[in-house]
Amino acid sequence: MSKCPKCGAIQTSKELDKNLKVCPSCGYHMKLNARERIHMIMDEGRLFEYDADMISEDPLEFPGYADKLVKQSEKSGLRDAVVTGEGTIGGFPVVCAVMSFDFFSGSMGSVVGEKITRAVERATQKGYPLIVFSTSGGARMQESILSLMQMAKTSSALARFHDKGGLFISIFTDPTLGGVTASFAMLGDVILAEPGTIVGFAGRIVIEQTIRQKLPDNFQTAEFNLQHGQLDKVVNRKEMRNTLIKLLDLHTVKEGVSRG
Amino acid sequence: MGNELPFEQPLEELRSKIEELRRFGSEKDIDFSEEIARLEERYTQLQQEIFVQLAPAQKMQIARHPQRPTTIDYIQAIFDDYIELHGDRAYADDLAIVGGIAKLNGVPVTVVGHQKGKDTKDNIARNFGMPHPEGFRKGLRLMKQADKFRRPIITFIDTPGAYPGGAAEERGQGEAIARNLLEMATFRVPIICVVIGEGGSGGALALGVGNRVLMLENAIYSVISPNGAASILWKDASKADKAAEAMKITAQDLQEMKIIDEIIPEPNGGAHREIAIQAESVKSVLSRHLQELLSWDSEQLRQDRYDKYRKLGAFTYAQG
Repeated sequence: MSKCPKCGAIQTSKELDKNLKVCPSCGYHMKLNARERIHMIMDEGRLFEYDADMISEDPLEFPGYADKLVKQSEKSGLRDAVVTGEGTIGGFPVVCAVMSFDFFSGSMGSVVGEKITRAVERATQKGYPLIVFSTSGGARMQESILSLMQMAKTSSALARFHDKGGLFISIFTDPTLGGVTASFAMLGDVILAEPGTIVGFAGRIVIEQTIRQKLPDNFQTAEFNLQHGQLDKVVNRKEMRNTLIKLLDLHTVKEGVSRG
Repeated sequence: MGNELPFEQPLEELRSKIEELRRFGSEKDIDFSEEIARLEERYTQLQQEIFVQLAPAQKMQIARHPQRPTTIDYIQAIFDDYIELHGDRAYADDLAIVGGIAKLNGVPVTVVGHQKGKDTKDNIARNFGMPHPEGFRKGLRLMKQADKFRRPIITFIDTPGAYPGGAAEERGQGEAIARNLLEMATFRVPIICVVIGEGGSGGALALGVGNRVLMLENAIYSVISPNGAASILWKDASKADKAAEAMKITAQDLQEMKIIDEIIPEPNGGAHREIAIQAESVKSVLSRHLQELLSWDSEQLRQDRYDKYRKLGAFTYAQG
């Protein structure tokens, strides 16, 4: 049995899984890890993974970092906060990157930056569309400036991808903050978000402490961001795969169809 | 001089002792010149001792010193014919970022930088150098203009960070920073960035993607302020000194990590002690780098910038 963190409704785990971890009573979208997301989005749930063995180092010998990496890996079953690879969605070949909040709060260190960059570079070489599901608490502080530089690295790779005419669909999932928002996640041609997703640069607590005011309840939600022109569409989890297929199709010029 | 930092206290005491001796000597017509010379020597020695081994947290205090020279100070001292340009053409003129066109040794360049205030009133107008999205967009507009007219771009970095505010979020703080990073990668002109004070996180990097990144000796550059890191990591903002140490935020650390290309030395006591001399040395280092980059073609410049950031990161591969 599990309880919805938002409305408190109780359902069996089986029911919940069947409903893609969306609360049947209130529609709250619970967090998915990278594996669950891949299963839900890719054809036959399959992603041919890139760089699966890449792991973080502890370049600054930051107090506690090495131990924490081991614990995060054990907890999540992942080697870092993003899984990248290629596969098909509705038959369309894509390069896909899926972040996972259960590894180190989805924070971006060198491994996240490098894997995203390589994914962008492969998509550029192959001429495949790029699909990225983001979720992140922000920078991996334990990697300090190297973490910050991943923002420039991923964005530079995207500059080349866009220059070659590549399609990048960026999807925000709950929550996405800090350096991930302020780099690749905001650079999509089309930007989608799951309902209720918190999307922002600074976190609510930091802002409230700075401006010494209470922010509205809906602050930084996907719906709030939609209203403020920061994203294209809020898409229910059940509709996500079909929406992606539709967008991929709309960007495909079929043979025999005149563009003129 | 006023505004001494806590670790400069011993120097301050020695200085007033010298002054007192001097005053006493002239009042009573006694010759203390030998004694004064000895104390002066001791002063120089002590100053060197203190400034040679500054802790990261002490450098942070110098980097944030209220009298530290700002972007406008460097623009006035280094460039000729500066004309300031304003606004992002979409929302507002964010005074936390300034910029315009000027000449460096006769070469027209675009200059953009974060701008902290000189006093409380100025700081309020400039939001303590913390830009809103329109600030980054103003910077981008000026840099695009530079690219169009093939002018080299010189940026000065000095910000606690992008402003964490409700309106900033509504107007797309994340998007504004991201857009600058992407666009700066594409420009066909030389870009030289100089970290003159505080390089605070994404708000700093949004003007920081260059062919050369230079840094003043006591400037700092980090992904989050040491205070912020301490409160998140150890739930204790007072451990900022420890965080400053662990995060490797000094110019010396960053040069070792190949984040920056060159350290520009500061006078003893910090840039604010000798602003004209400091500006002169910034100018000479800037000029040397620009001279070199001016001979590169646009593809070389773009490729160089790509490669520079492409190789940053530390990772390895799991065994088995």
